[in-house]
Amino acid sequence: MISSLKLKNKDNHKQLPSNRKKRTLFIILISIIFLVIVILGGVLIDEGRIVTNLNDRNAPPSLDHLFGTDWLGRDMFTRTLMGLSLSIGVGLIGAIGSASIALFLGMAAATMGKMADRLISWLIDLFLSVPHLVTLILIAFTLGGGFKGIVIGLALTHWPSLARVIRAEVMQVRSAEYVQVSQKMGKSQWWIALHHILPHIAPQLLIGFMLLFPHVILHEAAVTFLGLGLSPHEPAIGIILSESMKYLSSGMWWLAFFPGLCLLIIVRTFDQIGENIRLLIDPNRAQD
Amino acid sequence: MQLEAKDIGFRYGNGPWLFQGVNLTLEPGEIVGITGPSGCGKTTFCRILAGFETPIEGTVTFNSAPLPKKGYHPVQLIFQHPEKAINPRWKMHKILNEGWKPNKEVLELLGIDREWLERWPNELSGGELQRFCVARALGPNTRFLIADEMTTMLDAITQTQIWHAVIEIAKKRKMGIVVVTHESKLMQRLCQRVIDFNDFS
Amino acid sequence: MPILEVENLSVSFKQYTGLKQKTHKVISSLNVTLEAGEILAVVGASGSGKSLLAHAILGILPRNASICGVIKYAGEELTPDRQTVLRGKEIALVPQSVNFLDPLMRVGSQVRTSVKNGDAVSVQREVFERYHLRQEVEKMYPFQLSGGMARRTLLSTAMVSGAKVIIADEPTPGLDPDVIKEALNNFREVADNGCAVMLITHDIESALNIADKIAVFYAGTTVEVAPVENFKGHGEEIRHPYSKALWRALPQNDFIPIPGSQPHPSSLPAGCLFAPRCVMATPECRQVQPEMRKLRGGMVRCIHAT
Repeated sequence: MISSLKLKNKDNHKQLPSNRKKRTLFIILISIIFLVIVILGGVLIDEGRIVTNLNDRNAPPSLDHLFGTDWLGRDMFTRTLMGLSLSIGVGLIGAIGSASIALFLGMAAATMGKMADRLISWLIDLFLSVPHLVTLILIAFTLGGGFKGIVIGLALTHWPSLARVIRAEVMQVRSAEYVQVSQKMGKSQWWIALHHILPHIAPQLLIGFMLLFPHVILHEAAVTFLGLGLSPHEPAIGIILSESMKYLSSGMWWLAFFPGLCLLIIVRTFDQIGENIRLLIDPNRAQD
Repeated sequence: MQLEAKDIGFRYGNGPWLFQGVNLTLEPGEIVGITGPSGCGKTTFCRILAGFETPIEGTVTFNSAPLPKKGYHPVQLIFQHPEKAINPRWKMHKILNEGWKPNKEVLELLGIDREWLERWPNELSGGELQRFCVARALGPNTRFLIADEMTTMLDAITQTQIWHAVIEIAKKRKMGIVVVTHESKLMQRLCQRVIDFNDFS
Repeated sequence: MPILEVENLSVSFKQYTGLKQKTHKVISSLNVTLEAGEILAVVGASGSGKSLLAHAILGILPRNASICGVIKYAGEELTPDRQTVLRGKEIALVPQSVNFLDPLMRVGSQVRTSVKNGDAVSVQREVFERYHLRQEVEKMYPFQLSGGMARRTLLSTAMVSGAKVIIADEPTPGLDPDVIKEALNNFREVADNGCAVMLITHDIESALNIADKIAVFYAGTTVEVAPVENFKGHGEEIRHPYSKALWRALPQNDFIPIPGSQPHPSSLPAGCLFAPRCVMATPECRQVQPEMRKLRGGMVRCIHAT
């Protein structure tokens, strides 16, 4: 799998990808590689660089410390990298959770009869009518905050719009003639769900999942920033940003600027991946 | 081995009756045509016979028993637009073998090229796809075939090819066929008797 | 001088198979001419490029299509700019799909916007009456129409436009026999008034009733253009072996098919496109695609035709 991915990549390097599909795939690959590097960097980097070093406090960005150091002399580049890595991890768990809930509820609404559909649609509307952030804070607060609270909170709040999309897709494919034919060929509901319906919604699910990521990451950072999320000794971006606020007025702009910028770049990268996958499978633009 | 529809009536919600009191008895090996203007419910009636829809009034029986709700349906329907009756994400061989493994004889009669089996549906023309739909519907447990404008979208040559194959197989297996078409000349060629749907609306 | 000339038209589509982008030639070296006062029926299998020809003339092909060859209207080349100007005014389309109606506009007003001469309202009412559309229909929105009514509305739009060329793309399926007859007679009437009509259909029988000439399409090209009188009996006067086979396969004639099927644009044979299914084919046929040539008052693309 990995070797084949690499091979494709090599091809693309030799000559600029020749058609839109290849270009899109190329962008997706580059984005994924970038994200993997960030995650691995955060995990593998030398923890020694963030021990307190009072001799080297409040240093502006330099070659030694790309993003400068903070009031305890910790290297901001390392902290940012670890923060991003943590954010992506939390985002991954949150997005997987949300996407699973969306898949389950969407399928259930479309296949389990009128009552289930009404109930689930009502639930979707209920969740959509309250801003994410408010529900998220409520849930995280009830669960006592911390890693567990925030992850469960994220998973429980981000599914409604994706669930709605999946419900519509399943409804549409269920009434397709080829699915009806399949029933009359004596295929079971399970067989049809597995062979006809899942392959049909898989691309939508993937896009939805990818586009959930940036949301989840930003909301995690926001809640942590407000002090209701991850605990202060975790190297999370939200924590870094909220701590830096105090020092901004004293001219130490780099404390908030670089971590904030990096968060933005990561979020945009996920957005890019999602949008490009969408382009890749959009039937209206399939032949461009 | 009879397919019998008794006093069938259908309407959507509380709308006007699309048709009422339709009776049809189909013997094995019999070919019956249905005519009528567009929108008079011929397609809905076909869907009822094939078990896709439940009639509001009346009953459909197969061998004097109600149509089976589960398992392979003895009455198979072939649609007007083959491209809609085929999963666009499947290769042709998977589509063909969904219900049964059509034998060589059926494939040859219908003119299905071996080479097509490895293609995707969008790489075949409508006429070629319809041959697959017909082959797929001709499983050993199919007793009756409903052809709802089966060849309307096809050219005369493909239409004739498919009908010749279907009639030959039907004769061999003593299979009954319901033909819906607006082409009166085709109806005359194929059918032993014709039901006019004008009488029921 | 013909009002519409299509010379050596080719239309290609770019399509993806997996990650590779391939170009399929869906129409190749197609020639058709249309005279004022004449109905040309275009017949052929689905996928033979009939609708694409109409869309190419009107300049409404999808984005991934590319086109080469010349289309001339009234002796002058039909450029994309001219197509935009003439579309709906001098060249009108009766589309195949009822999705071509504006979903947010009452159908009466839609028809009225196309009226060129006279009082729009009375012209529209007159044409609706002719197609058995009741008065209240003009106040309806497209989603309220049945398939047949929508088709009759589309027909009306083209009929009132006063266009010099009407291209009708399968205008009759799903209509009752009387309405079909009425619609076809109207085409004959506008043609007799000096309009040119291109009738794309696979209903050969009704085409024969009203058309002057028939163009037979196969795998994206014209194989024969013949006067309708040639289509009779066992097809002895028909020139091309494919048209002959098509004629003989009709249920009202012999109802005997020839084997094989029309090739998909991705796997066209070299040489004559019909050669793999043709009983008359010789090694020569498999070399190059034959040119259109004149024969007995018609045109044929076959080296063996007599």
